[in-house]
Amino acid sequence: MTVVEIRNPGLGSARGRIWRSLLRSPLGLTGGVMLAIVMVLGLIAPLIAPYGPAEVHFDAPFQAPGTIGYILGTDDLGRDIFSRMLFGIQVSLQVGFLSVLLAVAVGTPLGLLAGYWRGLDGIISRLTDVTLAFPFLIIAVGLSAISGPSLTNAAIALGIAQIPTMIRVVRGETLRIRETDFVLGAKTMDASGVRIIFSHILPNAVSAIIVQATVIMPVAVIGEALLSFLGLGIQPPTPSLGIMLSDAQQYISRAPTAAIFPGLAIVLICLGFNLFGDALRDALDPTNASRK
Amino acid sequence: MSLPTADAPALLSVRGLEVTFGENPEPVLHSVSFDIRPGERVAIVGQSGSGKSTIIGSILRLLPGDGHITGGSILLDGEDLSRASEQRMRSIRGRRIALVPQDPASNLNPSMRVGAQIADALAASGSRSKAEIDRRVLELMTEAGIPEAERRAKQYPHEFSGGMRQRVLIAIALSREPELLIADEPTSALDVTVQRQILNHLQTLVDAHGTSLLFITHDLGVAADRTDRIIVMSEGRIVEVGTPAEILLSPQEEYTKRLVAAAPTAVAAVRVASASSAVKPGPILEVSHLVKEFKIRGQRGSILKAVDDVSFSVERGTTTAIVGESGSGKTTVARIILGLESATSGTALVDGEGITSSRGRQRRALRRRVQPVFQDPYGSLDPTYSIEKLIDEPLRIFKVGDRRSRQERVAELLDQVALPRTVAQRRPNELSGGQRQRVAIARALALHPELLICDEAVSALDVLVQEQILTLLADLQTELGLSYLFITHDLAVVRQIAHNVVVMKRGRVMEQGATNTVFESPSSDYTRELLSAIPGASLVG
Repeated sequence: MTVVEIRNPGLGSARGRIWRSLLRSPLGLTGGVMLAIVMVLGLIAPLIAPYGPAEVHFDAPFQAPGTIGYILGTDDLGRDIFSRMLFGIQVSLQVGFLSVLLAVAVGTPLGLLAGYWRGLDGIISRLTDVTLAFPFLIIAVGLSAISGPSLTNAAIALGIAQIPTMIRVVRGETLRIRETDFVLGAKTMDASGVRIIFSHILPNAVSAIIVQATVIMPVAVIGEALLSFLGLGIQPPTPSLGIMLSDAQQYISRAPTAAIFPGLAIVLICLGFNLFGDALRDALDPTNASRK
Repeated sequence: MSLPTADAPALLSVRGLEVTFGENPEPVLHSVSFDIRPGERVAIVGQSGSGKSTIIGSILRLLPGDGHITGGSILLDGEDLSRASEQRMRSIRGRRIALVPQDPASNLNPSMRVGAQIADALAASGSRSKAEIDRRVLELMTEAGIPEAERRAKQYPHEFSGGMRQRVLIAIALSREPELLIADEPTSALDVTVQRQILNHLQTLVDAHGTSLLFITHDLGVAADRTDRIIVMSEGRIVEVGTPAEILLSPQEEYTKRLVAAAPTAVAAVRVASASSAVKPGPILEVSHLVKEFKIRGQRGSILKAVDDVSFSVERGTTTAIVGESGSGKTTVARIILGLESATSGTALVDGEGITSSRGRQRRALRRRVQPVFQDPYGSLDPTYSIEKLIDEPLRIFKVGDRRSRQERVAELLDQVALPRTVAQRRPNELSGGQRQRVAIARALALHPELLICDEAVSALDVLVQEQILTLLADLQTELGLSYLFITHDLAVVRQIAHNVVVMKRGRVMEQGATNTVFESPSSDYTRELLSAIPGASLVG
């Protein structure tokens, strides 16, 4: 019997393919660069910010952008908009990551359970529907009423609001994967349900989870801005993009730049995640391998 | 109609056609040239990836993605289609060259009545009155062999069977009386008996209209039965051209010879393994009076008998095939034996023990002895696993040996299925269909099972690969004394590999016995019908 010859289709490792696919997509690359800039800015905010985020300069309110010492100008209390924006980005990303973490940590196991065991599906899916019926604002108001408004509570409220969609995505993937022949094959070897879930279903659902996380992230960032704007999220003097918007609205005609720059930062974060998430979805889709 | 003569001017003349995709310097088609004369039926035969579909795409100028014609010409009555404007092509597609696509399920609009879809094709061709179109729709449907055209024209595609849908697509293709009809694997999704009806009908229609036919297929038998000339393609090149008799009986090229030898239909090269003497006699699997009923959703109390009183047995070291068309219940039988489905009544005993009736340790022990090989090697291997992890998964589940000994076992199994040991670290998507199926077999063998349940294990593979896998299975049977239960719809495969055969239809066993007996003197009408529907039989006799 002759040994079968293996022709290398030149795909290389799956990881390499994903990177190449990401780098080839101009939009994904743009999104990635935007995210990289925002994240680096957020991380090194304390190092590059010329002033503290709550540092007040009563002698220099409403400075125009470009003023020496204040690149992006100052707000009504003479606080440096550039410094506040850097710290605001940091806070927004913190809230975003925390709520994504919550949604993934709770949504993934529940989605796997609901998708794999039909009996649990009814219960989990109904609970999901109930949660979906609550606007996340109500949850946020409730939480801040109980333990006071804070970054953590905002993140929790936003995370809870995203759990149902996460459950649905994971449940859908599980339903699809559990019908594949390789799961059937594992069953004929008497593999336990837990084993099938962890060694076959979860690894195959990971890409869907990652992509969903990139969808949740900008929603959480906008949600944080909204909560802080309403006074239910981050509390002054901690800077947050939402608070900056909220503060700026009173003086919008006099100093529009105080609202424009934090607004731009929000746009940058959300657009970055959306573009990058789109490209990531294409890159992670194995059926896309042959397409250019 | 008069037969096409050799000196008649060609209707379609393809010269030195070269097609490339994207920036890739290597063309997909290398200087392909052939002619189709008026009224002639030409088949292009090739395996997947041979470039058959690219030829269709070039002729219709509907190449997928960024494929483009980089050389040669396609002359339709002297006009070069490779340089024609898009506007010009639109007046040629459908009107002069029509296509019968492969998959009848996805080529009809599910939310549009069938009659309206045919009318749509007619209306696009020019000005006709509504009444005239309606009349013509019924005419076309009747012509395509759809009974009660008036009633059925008002139905939706889901109310049609696969065969009937394909007839609708044929009616649409013929609606504008094209000069050339391109049929792209028009029956590969259908059962053999349906396939025969459709192809007979298509042939009658094409002959009656004097239409030229370009028939794309992977099945040499079908091509031989239906066409005047066969073009054999491989890797984007034409390997050989000739009449069916020339190609089948005296192939000139090495590739064609291999293809003919592998074509299960044309020449039955019997590969049935002789039972190894090391095996103790007696049945490994006994199925008796097996019944499986399904409740039909939404209809209270009505049940579907998917399996109806099925009894057969598999002797140790031999192969028993269950053959039947879609809906015959053959897969349900396999699932019950594997313990994936429970029987309504009756038993399926492996060496005297039933998987569904056993529990705990006994059940685990039984599972080790029966392993499946599934149809689709793309779906049956977890894409996130390496080959090594895939093959030793059963060992890990059953906690056999330690890491080192498992590695050795994987290497040994790779040798057994003739894969190089170096594939161990690769992933399934880096392997071809045949190689994946070898991995699936290695995995099934990991626990030293006695019975393999092969559910259409070779039907997703190209003929040459199919032949290799069947040979591998036969070799393994001799070597390891394995028993196979081979589920298939392909009678030709049955003849090659099975000692015994069970013919099923609508959940019932129509006939069973030794393969030779059943094939040479079938006792049921259904078996006779199935046997006569095998394409390619006419030439080999």
